[in-house]
Formats: sequence, structure tokens, C-alpha cells
Amino acid sequence: MLRGVLGKTFRLVGYTIQYGCIAHCAFEYVGGVVMCSGPSMEPTIQNSDVVFAENLSRHFYGIQRGDIVIAKSPSDPKSNICKRVIGLEGDKILTNSPSDFFKSRSYVPTGHVWLEGDNLQNSTDSRYYGPIPYGLIRGRIFFKIWPLSDFGFLRDSPNGHRFSDD
Amino acid sequence: MAQSQGWVKRYFKAFCKGFFVAVPVAVTFLDRVACVARVEGASMQPSLNPGGSQSSDVVLLNHWKVRNFEVQRGDIVSLVSPKNPEQKIIKRVIALEGDIVRTMGHKNRYVKVPRGHIWVEGDHHGHSFDSNSFGPVSLGLLHAHATHILWPPERWQKLESVLPPERLPVQSKEA
Repeated sequence: MLRGVLGKTFRLVGYTIQYGCIAHCAFEYVGGVVMCSGPSMEPTIQNSDVVFAENLSRHFYGIQRGDIVIAKSPSDPKSNICKRVIGLEGDKILTNSPSDFFKSRSYVPTGHVWLEGDNLQNSTDSRYYGPIPYGLIRGRIFFKIWPLSDFGFLRDSPNGHRFSDD
Repeated sequence: MAQSQGWVKRYFKAFCKGFFVAVPVAVTFLDRVACVARVEGASMQPSLNPGGSQSSDVVLLNHWKVRNFEVQRGDIVSLVSPKNPEQKIIKRVIALEGDIVRTMGHKNRYVKVPRGHIWVEGDHHGHSFDSNSFGPVSLGLLHAHATHILWPPERWQKLESVLPPERLPVQSKEA
């Protein structure tokens, strides 16, 4: 009796570990489903939208200007932020906050990216905390699953004027 | 004839089953629990690689200890380089968030480490590309805590979390 229960417990633990490891590999190297919260990416991503994020671009260093990425927050490594990449390393970007009167431009340092939310009025992003290291990026969001009325690939940035002219 | 075919099919099934169990478990273990790495460069001399390029130390990197981003001053940690995301660098934690550091070669003489960041330095000052060059690093870049030297066998030891007294922060958060 006891041997049967023990055997079943071991098998359950074994399956849990096995499927947990497969889940880790899937999330880490392929992608996963993410729920976003907050108003900083409106109208592209609304509060409580469910999106699909892929992690292959990050591993192959294929993140491009205009991609929406998930990254670890620079001031709190346990929370994630979801923003659009405005500038890659070496790009010239506008750094002024909406409250500044004069426009100021600077270059994104090597190994860093400049992120901004689509909702410029209500977004804490690189205009506040500066460029973030590329190593903090966790994945690229490219597909929205929920709400079904907005199912499909994500739109381009509504703030085309934030991308620098060459 | 039928018997040998059955043998091949059984072998193939067992192989697939083993493969799909072993590979994810091994990858998860190396990503989440611990792995080993060879240390290159002279930025952590004399603690690591005292022999220079003749003999590189191999260290045990413990991911499990930093799963909640908890590090202490004096720990030797590996992190993703903020200047080159393809590279990992290994340095010692000098200061945590809220500490004020007296820098060596940074553009500001004193730097307050912002929230969610740490200040790292190599033990070999002057030969180290560390926070004195690129400033405080975000804890999100933390990769692992180097706990032991595994190779060469004569250098088998536990790495101590000791902060050289001249590098103590000017003002700590707890003070």
C-alpha cells in the first residue's frame, strides 16, 4: 500500500519536473503568452490585453527599430515593462520630455536601446530613466490574442515623428 | 523479420522519450541552478586568473542564489555586459542600491547607486572594464553568483565575499 503511494508520488514529481523544464525551455527560448497592464502603450496595446511574445529575436540579436519589446525594468528587476524600441545603439534620438521646451538630441550608447511607450503623455520610459542595456530585453511582442476584436499583428507606431531622420 | 523491426521501433521510441526528458531538464538546470564557466582576462587578479593567460580558472556559477536578485557587498558575480549583450563579465559587487561610492576613474568623484542597480568593480583596478567605466548596472543584468573555483585542482577553493576595506562605500543605506 505504502509502496504504491510512494511510487505514484515519485512519478508525479517526475512528471512535474519534466513538464516544468519543458515549459521553462519554451518560455525562455521560443516564446509565451503575456498579459499587459497599464496605459503606456495605448492605443496599440490597451490595459489587460493578452499578447504573444517571442524570444527568438532577442537571442539572435534581431530586435529592430519599431519593435514592441518586453524588458526587465531597470529600477526593479522583478517587474517587466512593455515599450516600443525607438532607437538602437548609435542612433540619434530626441531626448526631451513633453514638459521641456527645447528639443535636445543625443546618441544611444553602445549596447543600449531607447524605449518609449506609444502613449507619450502617460508613459514612464527612456525619456525618464535613460537608455536601457540590451541585456534587459526579454522578448518581442508581435501578435495580440485578446480582446478578439483586436486579434492580429500589432500596428506600427502612431508616433512616427519620434524616430530620428537620417 | 518482424521481430527486428519491432526492436528498432522500440529503440527509437525509447530514444525520443529519453531525449525529450533529458534535454529540457539539462537546459533548465544549466539556466536556473548552476553551470560552470572559464574565466578569461586579468580584471579580477589576484582572486581569479592569477597566472594570466597560462591557466584560466574555471568557476562554478550559481544561478539559484541570485534568483531573487539578492546579492551582498563583496560577492563575485557574473553579469551581462551593459556595453555588449553577447558577453558576460565577472566582477565583484562593491555597493548596493542607496550606497554612495567613491569612484576610481569615473567622470564623477562620488556616485549614489540608484534603486535596482549595483556597483561592480574588478579586483585589478586599472585593468578592469567595470562600473568605473560604465556606471552602475541594473540588477536585471545579473547572471549568476560565482561561488567556487573548480579548476585547476590546486586552486580548488570557495570564493569569499570579502570587500577590500579601501573600497567600502562612503555611506551605506543601512547607516
